[in-house]
Amino acid sequence: MITVKDLCLWYGNTQALHHINMDIPEKAITALIGPSGCGKSTFLKTLNRMNDLIPGIRITGEVCYNEKNIFSPDVDVNMLRKEIGMVFQKPNPFPMSIYDNIAYGPRTHGITSRVKLDDIVERSLRDAAIWDEVKDRLRKNALGLSGGQQQRLCIARALAVSPDVLLMDEPTSALDPISTSKIEELAISLKEKYTIIIVTHNMQQAVRISDKVAFFLLGEMIEYNDAETIFSMPSDKRTEDYITGRFG
Amino acid sequence: MRSKFDEQLALLHKELITMGSLCENAIALSAKALDEGNLTMSEEVFDFTGQINQKERDIEAMCMRLLLQQQPVAKDLRVISSALKMVTDMERIGDNSGDIAEIFTMGHITPAHNKLNIHDMALATIKMVKDSIDAFVKNDYKLAKEVIEYDDVVDRHFDQIKLQLIRCLSEPEADGEFALDLLMIAKYFERIGDHAVNIAEWVIFSITGSKEA
Repeated sequence: MITVKDLCLWYGNTQALHHINMDIPEKAITALIGPSGCGKSTFLKTLNRMNDLIPGIRITGEVCYNEKNIFSPDVDVNMLRKEIGMVFQKPNPFPMSIYDNIAYGPRTHGITSRVKLDDIVERSLRDAAIWDEVKDRLRKNALGLSGGQQQRLCIARALAVSPDVLLMDEPTSALDPISTSKIEELAISLKEKYTIIIVTHNMQQAVRISDKVAFFLLGEMIEYNDAETIFSMPSDKRTEDYITGRFG
Repeated sequence: MRSKFDEQLALLHKELITMGSLCENAIALSAKALDEGNLTMSEEVFDFTGQINQKERDIEAMCMRLLLQQQPVAKDLRVISSALKMVTDMERIGDNSGDIAEIFTMGHITPAHNKLNIHDMALATIKMVKDSIDAFVKNDYKLAKEVIEYDDVVDRHFDQIKLQLIRCLSEPEADGEFALDLLMIAKYFERIGDHAVNIAEWVIFSITGSKEA
């Protein structure tokens, strides 16, 4: 579904990604792992062109989404980000009501019908496994929610525009174990409908939830395989050294 | 954290070597008791089986602790899970050595009596156990494969002993107690060979990540 071909990326003179090639399967969870500064977050952001506006950035190669290169001049970036949504490391709800947080995206895409919006809000909050916790306070400010609830709200907000792909950049690193577990369960249930690509520093999380794992090091993708293979029999010594805690 | 883990893995390795050498001693001693008709020696085998059982419990506890504390992956996971499986086979080797000694203490087998080639079979089995432990110690894939292939030699010894016993039993003054006890002993040696094969297979798994048939 997403095919990356010979992708290179430079920040000014510094090359941050070197010739990345990978096929990311749909309706599965693909985890990107590697030490800090290895390029995994840069790579993730490239997938929906979140780093377009960084000064001095230069990208070569292709990222084909539904067989179309996302860097083509005729690609509408807003539509691309509607289809490939993003959830960040720290929960970042807008300073408005829970309802408006979710309705924000659909409204910008022109949906004004109250009935339709109500439906989207409920469906998105249900899909993000937070509906039961917030259904009685949809008009309350989202900033009053706990960190874990805020993160699920942000996932619901990403789901509200009916994306196909969800990019998650360390979505649980700011959360306690219970909230982390809820997000992990959520990710597993979401893969029935969505393609998920997640950056994580937590090896056990990658083992628990992902189908495929890509190991990045110094801007290169060293190894890409089924999660079970990577964590039981990695083929590259650098992968083995990283996942067993010998460096990074 | 990794250095602590490495220390624990080194200790696990050492404990497995110790358990392996206890097994070698137990089986060698039971074979020697059989050769020399020495009942005292066979009593000593039971001391070894007791120590082997205790080692199994210690190593299991150590592996469980490592799984819990370190959540191992890759080679670490394979080594620890292999260790957990290997100690079961080593414990059975200890038990089988004890079984041999126990049958011997019944007194139906004397060196004069024992003209069959059980001695050669015992030596072949000891070699398998020793080599399987060595393959683990040296992380030696080739030696582990050799152990698996050598099982055929032990099996052939077993078949020969069976044929000889059938001949023995067909003689007019056949000693049934001797024949049955010796058959049991031969079977225990044959089982020990199978456990050595299992150990070798786990050594291969810890090296390659796949269990070859």
